[in-house]
Amino acid sequence: MMDAPQIVKTQPLLMARNVSKSFGNIAALQDVSATVYPGEVLGIVGESGSGKSTFLRCLNLEEHPDQGSYTLDLPNVQGNLFDLDRYARRMLCATRIGIVYQNPHLGLLMKHSSSGNVAERLLVAGERRFNVLREKARDALDASEFPLDRMDAPPIELSGGMQQRVQLAKAIALEPALLLLDEPTTGLDVSVQALVLDTLKKLQQERKITMVIVSHDLGVIRTLSDRVMVMRRGRVVEEGLADQVFQDPQHAYTQQLVHAKL
Amino acid sequence: MSLKSLTKAWEPMSYGFLDASAKREIRRKMLKAIAVPGCQIPYASREVPMARGWGTGGLQISCTLLNPKTTIKVIDQGADDSVNAASIRRFLAGVSGAPTTTDTLKADLIQSRHRIPEEILREDQVLVLQVPNPEPLRPVQPNMSIARQMHADADYGRMWLQLYEQIVRSGRVMQGASYPSLVNGRFVMTPSPIPRWDVPKMHMAKHLTILSAGREKRLHAVPPFTKVEPLVFDDVPYKVEDHGAHVCTRSGAKGYFMNEIPQDDGPSTFEVSDSELGVKSIHRADGEAVQIGETWYKNGEMTE
Repeated sequence: MMDAPQIVKTQPLLMARNVSKSFGNIAALQDVSATVYPGEVLGIVGESGSGKSTFLRCLNLEEHPDQGSYTLDLPNVQGNLFDLDRYARRMLCATRIGIVYQNPHLGLLMKHSSSGNVAERLLVAGERRFNVLREKARDALDASEFPLDRMDAPPIELSGGMQQRVQLAKAIALEPALLLLDEPTTGLDVSVQALVLDTLKKLQQERKITMVIVSHDLGVIRTLSDRVMVMRRGRVVEEGLADQVFQDPQHAYTQQLVHAKL
Repeated sequence: MSLKSLTKAWEPMSYGFLDASAKREIRRKMLKAIAVPGCQIPYASREVPMARGWGTGGLQISCTLLNPKTTIKVIDQGADDSVNAASIRRFLAGVSGAPTTTDTLKADLIQSRHRIPEEILREDQVLVLQVPNPEPLRPVQPNMSIARQMHADADYGRMWLQLYEQIVRSGRVMQGASYPSLVNGRFVMTPSPIPRWDVPKMHMAKHLTILSAGREKRLHAVPPFTKVEPLVFDDVPYKVEDHGAHVCTRSGAKGYFMNEIPQDDGPSTFEVSDSELGVKSIHRADGEAVQIGETWYKNGEMTE
C-alpha cells in the first residue's frame, strides 16, 4: 500500500526574490523570483538573451544584481547572500555551490591536469594532504564517470564531453548543497549529450543534489528537471511542474516554444 | 635670513648616491613592508649606475640604510669575490665611505644575491636580498591586477595547485629556488631565488631581511622573529638540497650548501658556496685563530 502523500513541510533550500539586473539600459532581469527545495531540480528555459544565464550567474554570486534578495537555507549561512563581502562570497561559492559552464574554458584551467582542476576546489577549501586530495579527486572524477586512466591529462587534450565531466567532477568534489548547470550539454553531439545527461541523472538520484539547470534545449530540461521556469526578456512568464508545463503550456510563448520543439 | 642659509651647500653628489627624496621614499616603503610582513609594497625605484636586473633593488636599499659606520658585506651566489659582488661593494664604499668586510660576523649590512650566509645572523644585522621577480603568483596568474586581489583575499589555491601538479607529474616538488613561502601566516612571498636550503633560515630569524626588486619596483620584508613556512603538503615533507654529505675539496668543510664543479673525466667535485666560510675553514686548518660563527646547519641538518 502506498503512503498517503505528505504535505511538503521542508524549508526551501534556495530562495531568490525579485532579482533585477540591468546592463546599461537593457533590463536583463526584472523581478525574477525562484524557490528550490532540497533535492529538487529546477529547469530554466528560454531563448538566447532571455536572462537565464544572467540569473544563474547571480545565483553563483558572480554577478551582483541591482536589487533582490537571495538566501540559502544552510548551516552558518545567513542573510541576503548578495550582501556578502568578497571573501565570504568566495568561500561560499567554493564550498557550497558547484557550477558547470557551457564553455569549459570558463570553469577549467586548461593546461593543468584534470585531477588538479578537481583538487583546486579542495585546496581552496583548505585541504592540505596530498594523498587525500588525490583520492578525493579520483572519487569525484569517478562519480562523474570520467575514465580514470586519463585523470592527469590536461583538459585541453580531452574531448568536449570529457571536459564537461571534469567540470562536473570539480563542481561535486566538495559535495555542494547546490549545483548550477549552465547549458551543460550544449555544443556536444547528441550521443555524448545523452551520456552526460545520464551521468547527471544518476548523480542526482544517488546524491540528492539540488540543481538549477539552464538550457534552451527542452529535451534536456524535460529529462532532468522536476519543475520548470520559462523566461523571456528578463521575466518569468510561466512556472510549474515539468510535465504540466510541457503538456499543458499556458503562456503563449511557452506554447510556441513547446511547438517549436516538436 | 636668506634662502641660502636655509639650504645645504651644493654638493656634486648626495651621500649614499641617492638623493634625499629617493631615500625617504625607500625608508617609508621599508617601514610599511616591515609592518606587513611578506606584503609587496610598490616603491619609486630610481636609476642607479647599474643595469636593471643586476641588483638595483638591493643596491637602493643598501644606499638608503648606509651610514659611515656601517660595515658592508656583498655576496653573489655566496661568493664575496664575484665581479658583481665586488663592484657593488666598491660602489657602496665609494658613495658612503663605509668600511667593507667579507666576514659575515663583522658585517652590519649584507647585500646578497641568491644566498643567505651559513653563519647565523644576529639581531643587529640586516640582510638585503636582490629579487628579480617578487610576485610568487606570476606563474599561475599573469595578470598582475588579479594577482594583487588574490593576495588581498589570501587566495593561494593556485599556488598549492602548482605544487600538486609538480608532484603528479614528477613525483616530487620541482621548485628549486625561490620556493613560495607563507610569511606570518598571511602572505605568500617568493624569498628571492635562494635555494630551498636557505628558506628555513628565514623562519623566526633574529635578523631583518629586506627583499627588493628594482626592475619590478616592489619590496617586501621579513622582520625579525617572523614565521616563514614553505608551502608543503602535510604528507609530503619539505626537502632541502641533498648536500649534507658533500665535502668541500678546497677547505674540507662539510654539511653546507655546495657548488658543484663538474670535472672533465665525469664526476663532480664540490666547493662550499659560502666562500667566506670556505676561506675561514682553510685558515683554521692552517692553525690560524679565526672565528667561525654558529651555523644554521650542522652536519647538513638544520638546527632548531
